[in-house]
Order: sequence, then C-alpha cells, then structure tokens
Amino acid sequence: MKPLPWIAASALLVGGPALVACGVESTAPTAPGEGGDTRALSVDSSENACELSATEAPAGTISFDVTNSGSQVTEFYLLAEDGLRIVAEVENVGPSITRALVANVPAGSYVTACKPGMTGDGIRSDFTVTESDDEVAVSADEDELIQAAQDNYGAYVQDQSDQLLVKTREFVELYEAGDSDDEARALYAEARTHWERIETVAESFGDLDPRMDAREADLEPGQEWTGWHLMEKDLWPARAEAYRALTPAERASFGDDLLANTVTLDGRLQDLSFTVDQIANGSRGLLEEVATGKVTGEEEYWSRTDLWDFQANVDGARVGFDGVAPLLETKDPELATALDTRFDELQVLLDAQRTDDGFRYYDEVSPEEIKALSDAVNALSEPLSRLTAAVLA
Amino acid sequence: MTGQVSRRGLLGGGVAVAGVAGAFATGRATADAAPPAGGADSSRASAYDFRGVRQAGIVTPAQDRLHLASLDVVTDSREELVALLQAWTAAAERMTAGLPAGEVGPVEGSLDLPPDDTGEAIGLCASGLTITFGFGPSLFRDADGRDRFGLADRQPEALRDLPHFPADLLDPARSGGDLCIQACADDPQVAVHAVRNLVRIGFGTTSVRWSQLGFGRTSSTSTTQDTPRNLFGFKDGTANVKAEEAAALDDHVWVGEDDDAGAVWLVGGSYLVARRINMTIEVWDRQPLGDQEAFVGRTKGTGAPLSGGAEFSTPDFSMPGRGGPIIAADAHVRIVHPDQHGGARMLRRGYTFVDGTDALGGLDAGLFFLAYVRDPRTGFIPVQNAMAKHDALMEYLKTTGSALFAVPPGTGPGEFVGEALFA
Repeated sequence: MKPLPWIAASALLVGGPALVACGVESTAPTAPGEGGDTRALSVDSSENACELSATEAPAGTISFDVTNSGSQVTEFYLLAEDGLRIVAEVENVGPSITRALVANVPAGSYVTACKPGMTGDGIRSDFTVTESDDEVAVSADEDELIQAAQDNYGAYVQDQSDQLLVKTREFVELYEAGDSDDEARALYAEARTHWERIETVAESFGDLDPRMDAREADLEPGQEWTGWHLMEKDLWPARAEAYRALTPAERASFGDDLLANTVTLDGRLQDLSFTVDQIANGSRGLLEEVATGKVTGEEEYWSRTDLWDFQANVDGARVGFDGVAPLLETKDPELATALDTRFDELQVLLDAQRTDDGFRYYDEVSPEEIKALSDAVNALSEPLSRLTAAVLA
Repeated sequence: MTGQVSRRGLLGGGVAVAGVAGAFATGRATADAAPPAGGADSSRASAYDFRGVRQAGIVTPAQDRLHLASLDVVTDSREELVALLQAWTAAAERMTAGLPAGEVGPVEGSLDLPPDDTGEAIGLCASGLTITFGFGPSLFRDADGRDRFGLADRQPEALRDLPHFPADLLDPARSGGDLCIQACADDPQVAVHAVRNLVRIGFGTTSVRWSQLGFGRTSSTSTTQDTPRNLFGFKDGTANVKAEEAAALDDHVWVGEDDDAGAVWLVGGSYLVARRINMTIEVWDRQPLGDQEAFVGRTKGTGAPLSGGAEFSTPDFSMPGRGGPIIAADAHVRIVHPDQHGGARMLRRGYTFVDGTDALGGLDAGLFFLAYVRDPRTGFIPVQNAMAKHDALMEYLKTTGSALFAVPPGTGPGEFVGEALFA
C-alpha cells in the first residue's frame, strides 16, 4: 500500500498518545516544548492570566496546547501585529479542558490573547515568529480566493433553489391533476435533483426539512407525514402493503403544502452566505448523505430513483470542492489532486449507470456494482474528511 | 479424580480447587450483595449464585461478554412451559456454579448417548457467569390478543411492545420474543455454552427467535469498575445507576410493591429493554474530533463534560460558550440526562457487538443496548423519544432490533425461575 500523501501535511499529534500498552490508559497531554520541539507550545489560560511556554517560535506549523485552568469557558487567539486580524483561534475551551490550536504561521510579530469568559479584549501579550527553513508562503490573493469561493457557492445555492421551485411547482401541478401520474413520476427525480444538490443547506431548517423530506420510518407516533416521500409512495405504491391511494383532496392538500414550504425555503436561501469551512463541510456532508441513504437504496424506497439523488449529492459535493480548490491548491496541492482523482473515479462509475431517461433504478443495479459505488464513495470520503482543516490551515 | 473428568476437574490454575463443594469458598458473591471494594479486577467474583433475592446479571458488576437469546414458546401447554422453566433453573444453577449443564457431564456418560453437556466449557472456570431470564409481552397474549397460557390477567401494564421510535429500522427477525436468556461471563465461550445448552433443553418447547453476541461491555454497573468505551471511542454510561446506590435502585430499577396490582409476581424484578443499535462506523470516523465531542458533549480523552472537570463532574448545561451553551442543545449528554426527564435513570448493561460486515463492506457493528428499568413508560420511552428527535448522535445510529422483557425477581430455594407468575 502506497503512503497517503495528504496525511503527512496535516496530521499533527498534539494530545499525546491515546493508545497505550496493556490497557493502561493515558490521555495526559505530552508536555509541550519537551523534546526540543520549539513549535509545540503550551498556554495556561486562567481567570486572570495567559501564560505561554515561550514568547517566540520558528515559522512553520506551530501548535498551542491551550489548557483552561479557570472556571469559565475561555478562548485563545493568535492575532496579527495590529491586534485586530485573527490569524488563528480556538474557542469553547471548558474549565480544566485542553484544546490544541495548530496554525501555519509565517515570520513576523503577533499578539496572543486569552479570553476567559469570552468577553473583552482578552489578556494579551506580544509573540514573535522567527525566520526558519520552514518559511510559510503566504498567498497574497488568499482573500480573493476565499471571496470567490463564497460568492460562487452562494450563487450556486440560489440557482439550485430557483430551479427546485420551478420544478416543484410543475411536479405539484401534475400530481394534483390526478390524470398525469406518468408525467409526475418522470419529473419526480429530476425535481428532487435540485434539492439533493444542496441538501446539506436545504435540510438545515429544522421546521421545513421534516415537512418536506421525511421518510415514513423517520416519523414519530402522531406526526403527520407530508412532503416528497409521501407523494413518492402514492405514485409508486407497488412495494406497499394494502396501500390506500390518496384522494384528490388529499393530493391537493399535500401538494400545496410542499409547494408552500419550497417557496419559504427559497426565500430563506436567497439571504444565505457561506464561509469556506461551511462549503467544505457541506461537501463532506453530501458524501455522507450518499453513504448513509443513497448507496443503500433507502432514500427512494418506493420509486427506486436513488441514483438520481446519488448523482445530485455528488454534483453538490463537487461544486463545493471545486469552489475551494484554488484555495486548497495553495495549502495542500496533493490533497487537491487526490480529491480530483477520486471524484473522477466515482463519476465514471455513476456514468456507467446512466440511461436515456436518467439512471437505472436501484433494483436494476447489481450487488457488485453497488459495492463498487460504495467503495468509490469511501475512497473519496476519507480524503474529503480532511478538506475543511486543509482549507482553514 | 481418576476416571471422572468434570468440568472443574480440568481447571489448570487460578481459582482451581479440587472438589466442587468447597470450590467457591473464596471470591463468591451472592447476586444481591454489593461487590467488594477495590480496583476493577477485584470487583468481580469468579462465580455468582443463581438463586437469590434478585436475579443475578443485573447489578452484578458487568462481565466482559454477553450472549443473549430471545425465544418463542412453540407449545400450547402450560405444563410444558413450567417444566422447561424448572429444567432451565436446574441447568442454570449448575452452570453458574461452574458445573456441566446436565447431571452426567460432557464425557462421563454412556458412549451410546449424546452427552447432556456440550463440552466446550470443559476446563473453563465459571467465569462469573450469570443467567438472567425474562418474559416478553407475547408470552401473555398472542398477536390476536388471545390468552396463551392462562397468564393474560397477570400481564404487567408496562409490558407492551415498545412504540415505534423515529429512525427505527427494525428487523422483525431481531425483535421481540416470548422469553429471553441473558448470559454474561468474562469468557465468551462460557456465555455461549450457557445459551447453547439452555436452547438445547428447550427444543420442542421453545424456538430461538434471535440471539446476539456482545464482545465487550459498554457499561459499568459498579463504582468499582472503570467506564468502558463504545465503538465511537467514547466513555458510555457514566451516569449509570450502580450497584452501590441502594435507594436509586429502588427508585429506578426494581419494580415496587405498589407499582402494578395486577402483576405482584414482578415485585422485586425489573424490565429489560434490549435494542440493537447499529453505528455507521465509517461515516463517524470521518467526523472531526471537535464535532465528535460536540455531538457527545464530553471530551473523548477523559470523558469529562465539555463544561469542564473530570469524567464524573456534573455537566453544567447553562455554561455559555461561543455560539450557544458549551454543551450544545443537541449534545447526547444533555438530551438523555436525568435532569431532562424528571430524574429518570436506568441501569445500563449494554455490550458492543460486531457481527462481521455488511454487503457493502461496512462494519455491521454497534451497541447492543440493554437497560434495566422499574417502568419503561417513564424510565425508557420518554428518553428514547427525546433522543430520536433531538440527539446529534442519531445521525450515526440505526436501531435494527428491539425487545422488552419483564424480568422476575430472584429464585428462592426450591423454586424455579418466575414461579410466582404461575402460582
């Protein structure tokens, strides 16, 4: 097995060994600074002090082991010389808890700050990063790359939401008409594609998601079932036992409800903006949706249109990745290459499942092909799980 | 010992003592007694009495291994059912003492007969074996409500099929059952041996519906035990009711005298909730450490709540953090905490399982959740509903099996297990 190149770039153990021989457990942090690692520092954040084990370190990947010895939640910041711009931070360090902050820091003058209680300017000190052989190259246009990624992804979400609304309106009309079920079935998966491409964003509204995308098994006793999958079952009742078709009045009610919720969703999505870590996390999250719902054939239990959703999740993940890829290229080009390759490999397998109308139905895909798809999802998901940390580095 | 090879006769060392009668003079504990103080290792006796005020295997310091079988009764005869419980009692009493399941033994009998003990435990210690029996709702009434054995009027009110919980993906072949046998031991072969021999005794009267192996305990039931880790890598069940908390056991685990006038036979017993909870291991493993800790609400290393302190520190749910309380609104520790459920606690006794891999090469693994409660309607169902609705961990869990059993109190001298139900 060849070594995985992206691990070396970001794997830095700070918390000390967790696995110790013979069940003797030790989670005590290795004392930072010991062993001559001048880039491993410790920070003691107490109620009224912020003590660093050193006031300078060589440029490169520097770790700060922040221990909260006070009684309130604390934070630790590495600030630029102006004391304003945040270079790196770690939040939510509870009392008696240690958190590691790892950052790539070029030579220069900095300010450190502990913020017990999370308020005020914090307890500040000067901090110096000296020149070293590991000089960190700072991309002058990093801010531009970040801005471009954020703008592009925001536009993508809005565009998908617009299309979702258009297609949902069309679908609901066909569904409510009652005499156009073939057309409704043909449009079902296509309309949902736009939901699935932005699923991690769309499902983030806890009031809408259960009403729009709940599966029957997700319901709790007494909860009314509404949304896409209810209509899916009504259009594809073949696998249902003793199914009672919905009446025209019920169709109208559920259809109108879905459309109204889609309008609400569309309105909310117009105002959203996304940070690069949200974009990268969204990309990872979409692959998780594939792994837990689509590749297993659980999402579209009645219609068997899981591969449409599968492709749509991958589309959305790819867009998210492509958006931050220029940034990633400056930080971890090997990871960027690996992800590019893995996305392509997965896409080849998905393309093999295409038909004139879209994709083969899940029950038409052989177990071997499903296994191969699952393997490709795993192969992509592992490096993808490192994306957020890499773009933030 | 010439000519006679008993199971204990082959013991090579450790607690091996020649002669059965005095073999357990040391290290033996009754089921109801608090375990001796000391470290994790010293808390466990080598053998536990089958008979006692309570059934063993509940507050007994959780052994390392589990084999739990759920069985359906295949006869209509109450007499056959009673005879089986009598036979099981005798066999269980023998096996928990480190003796063979049958009176003859695995190799002592006629060459012309199959042995009355299957033999794989020859040479093994009692290994802290406990065997705990329970009765499921379907023992009392069948699916049509028909009284099967003249017991319907004694069915406890709380002994009903558990409701469907959100995100349940139950496999009927892993759910329910008329009877259960929970065998726990520190040696997996001893636990399997116990179930195998009891199942064999039951052929013709019972049929195994499903069974589950657990390879590692995920709970501690005594303050003398360390809190083990589940397959998420986190300490689990830190707030468990423990054997040393007599008042809490009466409040939360043992069925009280006035709990159910129609089921006085269950007084001093408990209810066992069994849930097979699959973890989506591969997806979990890709979550950043900070997210994992936020989902659980504890640090992964020490198990301390994110509000600070050490493992057993009380979580401070109101402590502010950046962007909300430092223990998030959907953190597991908050959602299931007794403070959120009128103080409801359970005695958890779950085990980690790995049943190989699924069709996609993912681990078929998770937590076989076992919890003893005084009343599932207050001690389990509300907690599970809250978890299914609000808990961040649900994203990584799928419940694939579910069952509820009434666990009768202990078996007195000369009695068979559950005798009061048939009296």
